[in-house]
Amino acid sequence: MLNHAKKPEPVLQFEDAAFGYDRRRLWGGLTMELRAGEFLAILGANGSGKTSLLRAVLGLHPLMSGIVRVVGAPPHQGSTEIGYVPQHRRIDTLTPLRARDVVGQGLDGHRWGIGRPDRARRRRIDEMLESVGARGFADRPIGLLSGGEQQRVRIAQALVADPKLLLCDEPLLSLDLNSQRTISGLVDRRRRTHDTAIVFVTHDINPVLPYVDRVLYLAGGRFRMGTVDEVMTSATLSDLYASPVEVVRSGGRVLVAGIPEGADPHHAPETAATLRAG
Amino acid sequence: MLAADVWHDIFNFANYGELLALVRNSIIAGVVLGIVGGLIGVFVMMRDLPFAVHGISELSFAGASGALLLGVNVVAGSLAGSIIAAVLIGVLGSRARDRNSIIGVLMPFGLGLGVLFLALYKGRAANKFGLLTGQIVAVDTPQLSWLIVTGAVVLIGLLIVWRPLMFASSDPEQAAARGVPVRVLSLVFMLLLGMAVAISVQIVGALLVLSIVVTPAAAALRVARSPWLVPVLSVLFATLSLVGGILLALGGSLPISPYVTTISFAIYVACRIVDSRQGSRGWTSLRHLRPAARVG
Repeated sequence: MLNHAKKPEPVLQFEDAAFGYDRRRLWGGLTMELRAGEFLAILGANGSGKTSLLRAVLGLHPLMSGIVRVVGAPPHQGSTEIGYVPQHRRIDTLTPLRARDVVGQGLDGHRWGIGRPDRARRRRIDEMLESVGARGFADRPIGLLSGGEQQRVRIAQALVADPKLLLCDEPLLSLDLNSQRTISGLVDRRRRTHDTAIVFVTHDINPVLPYVDRVLYLAGGRFRMGTVDEVMTSATLSDLYASPVEVVRSGGRVLVAGIPEGADPHHAPETAATLRAG
Repeated sequence: MLAADVWHDIFNFANYGELLALVRNSIIAGVVLGIVGGLIGVFVMMRDLPFAVHGISELSFAGASGALLLGVNVVAGSLAGSIIAAVLIGVLGSRARDRNSIIGVLMPFGLGLGVLFLALYKGRAANKFGLLTGQIVAVDTPQLSWLIVTGAVVLIGLLIVWRPLMFASSDPEQAAARGVPVRVLSLVFMLLLGMAVAISVQIVGALLVLSIVVTPAAAALRVARSPWLVPVLSVLFATLSLVGGILLALGGSLPISPYVTTISFAIYVACRIVDSRQGSRGWTSLRHLRPAARVG
């Protein structure tokens, strides 16, 4: 106990964790700690278990085996320690919510009742919108915003309750290059100003390359973890995929070629659908 | 000559004052339903459930006609039918595809059952027709108290679950991660919807429930996009259609439903026109309703 008291508690902690659905194990043996302000990128093929990991952290789905702790405690649904940005999905144009209402949901959307107008709450939402550069469209209907604008609002929604850990599930999907840069920059700034730990699931590491501290790469029911330089190499990925993969670093970008199609024997039918089913 | 007769059937305001006293109950029932239908309609639209509403109302019709046949309380029968339907749809149809096929299966069964009960019923023919197309003028005092109590339960229920239900209806994944019991809420909502539909069946009839539970909310969503302006407008539109329909129908010899559905439809058309004028921007606050400030 005394040893633990010396160093700050890890924000996220796995001990010999294994992940899967319906008693089918996707991958296992993960032991790691994520500290405050750290930026972890998770890469891997569809169905390699990235979403399963996020669900375990959110307390929506139990681990197959092993232990997960969020700020020292077992995960539970509705934890205010975690901010979550679900996979990007266009919001229906007829949704009766403005950008500020969506951010407000991150604060008290789970509470019973209809809620009362509250000046402090409004100020907090305004500040949050300001910090993601969304103040200009705070009162516009969410369904009429562009994909990039919607994503800023959802980041604000995830951060407004001031979580210690931010989970992003493919937040850059279907965004243009400019918006991709903006969103990754916003996430990075948050961990610098507020020491928020970041878990960022993505299929392309390049937009977050300047910010990433560590990479967790999942493939073929196995994983590798380390810095970008350690993981994103031809040798490591070839080993993971059990097939020759070429990794080229050029002009500050990482280009990966030769990932075998359908290489993943554990390919799940549709990760997004499984997540929604819960 | 003939045209004048038809016109006289549709609009006739002789002895209006005396008639008004007779329909006091109906107007109260109309206001209750306007509030409940307008509010629940917003969620029906957000959760893409208009077809479910139609399915529930057919089973509600079966329940009501069964009650009529047995000589028990019609509102209670209607409630039983729609709650059974709502729970079945809620439990078996959590995915949109399953839901639509379950509704498609339930709906003709309910309607057939209702037709059977009515065929066996030997009472007044007006009672039979009323269940399908509305009978508000016949709302008597004990029935009215049933309607008001049910309406109050739905209203209080909706107010309690309002925020989490709004969250779960607009972004179920995020809501679940935030600890909103999404599945339980969806069942609770179906129960409330079942009760609201049962009230509507009593007033506008099983075939026309959508004009109160869907049309006003759909119209409101065309012109407004704020989480409080949409429900307020939806309630306003629903109440206007119902009370307006009752008042117009008063003098003529026709049932109220054609008036209600026409007003409700006209409001929807007007809202679509306004929407196309404002370029789909939507009113997000009352500011936008003042012509001088209608910029963005």
